[in-house]
Amino acid sequence: MVDFRSLRNAEAQSNLDFPIKESPSQTAGPYVHIGCLPNFVGVNGVYPKDLTINGALPDGDKITIKGFVYDGDGAIAKDIMIESWQANSAGDLKNGIWRRMPTDLETGEFKLETIMPGSVDGNSPYINLWIVARGINIGLNTRIYFEDNLDEKDMVWKHVPKERQFTLIAKRVEGGYKFDIRLQGSLEGEDETVFFDI
Amino acid sequence: MSNTNIRYTPRDRDWHPEPDFPEYRSTILRSPKQKLVVVPEMMADKTGPAFGQNVLGEFDNDMIVNFAQSGEKAIGEQIIVHGKIVDENGRAVPNTLVEVWQANAGGRYRHKNDNYQAPLDSNFGGCGRCVSDADGNYSFRTIKPGPYPWPNGGNDWRPAHIHFSIFGSGFSQRLISQMYFEGDPHIQICPIVHTIGDPRAVDQLTARLDMSNSKPLDILAYRFDIAIRGTNSTYFENKPEGN
Repeated sequence: MVDFRSLRNAEAQSNLDFPIKESPSQTAGPYVHIGCLPNFVGVNGVYPKDLTINGALPDGDKITIKGFVYDGDGAIAKDIMIESWQANSAGDLKNGIWRRMPTDLETGEFKLETIMPGSVDGNSPYINLWIVARGINIGLNTRIYFEDNLDEKDMVWKHVPKERQFTLIAKRVEGGYKFDIRLQGSLEGEDETVFFDI
Repeated sequence: MSNTNIRYTPRDRDWHPEPDFPEYRSTILRSPKQKLVVVPEMMADKTGPAFGQNVLGEFDNDMIVNFAQSGEKAIGEQIIVHGKIVDENGRAVPNTLVEVWQANAGGRYRHKNDNYQAPLDSNFGGCGRCVSDADGNYSFRTIKPGPYPWPNGGNDWRPAHIHFSIFGSGFSQRLISQMYFEGDPHIQICPIVHTIGDPRAVDQLTARLDMSNSKPLDILAYRFDIAIRGTNSTYFENKPEGN
């Protein structure tokens, strides 16, 4: 006999096993904007504005970082979402600055408007980036360092292969900094952006 | 004296999906060829943004109505999706932002790049969000998304799924994943699902029908628990503070 009384009220078992492991990642897909930047793609009226900042920009040197994200063919990726996290100008992460930005759907350019982070624990100032999109199965972590604000004694710097260090350095250009991201480099791999296992 | 230095459990890259998985065509040119560089965990990895209830609007957690005309509703099988967010140590993750997005009941996204022939639903936007409570529980209402075909070079169909974005408290806990539905035959045939090698890991992303939280003659429920990275405690003997 089927016990319908209990079936109708059955509690679901958890989908987590013991020992608990992190839920596996899956790609953010081509429509990540709907969930994370809906107004940007015309899904208007659900949220008053897209979640792109965690508060007003605090005091500090205002900087603008622009760049493109390239795939293994050198083509510009136009459906990427990037998030950034950094210290404020005093090197304080309790009041850190978070930003979320898309690459432009037409041009592929992204733009990060923030302030120059202060040094934390004596290391070079840097901005943490997290990159998700179609074709990226698990988010990629990288960092922006600044060519005019770089201390070679930085704790992380010595772990980065010398010939690839340049991929982490934003270059001074008129109006701010330029920082391009290469998801996949050429055969030699020197131009592939360094991604971290953090 | 010993100092306790908390760091996150390293990510199990064998449990997570394979970055380079040619059967999912988009990974071919978007997966790094070089090894990830292992570096000491720094404060900017262990800290991250906080978003409280104050970011939320009244209907953010109800995709059945949050895009609909006044008095109308999205078309589809109405469901509650709920669960608990924990870390790998089993500790509840309270006050963390959960963002979700999905296709409509016909498998179509409200996005200019989605050209699938299934119609849009004028009452369905496809995004929602909520914040976990003090015990790590979250909940939202939506309609069950439809499976759909996608351009991947062959006859490929996605299972019904809901995309999840989870913050946690540290930037290196940041996670995006997808929730599947128990019993969906498309799970087995999907290359994106199969980027995950271990069937137990796929099962972990599969929500269970939850009759105990359904409402008779009204709405069904699915339970989907989520785990984010936990912490290890490492003890350093006789080291001066700050090292």
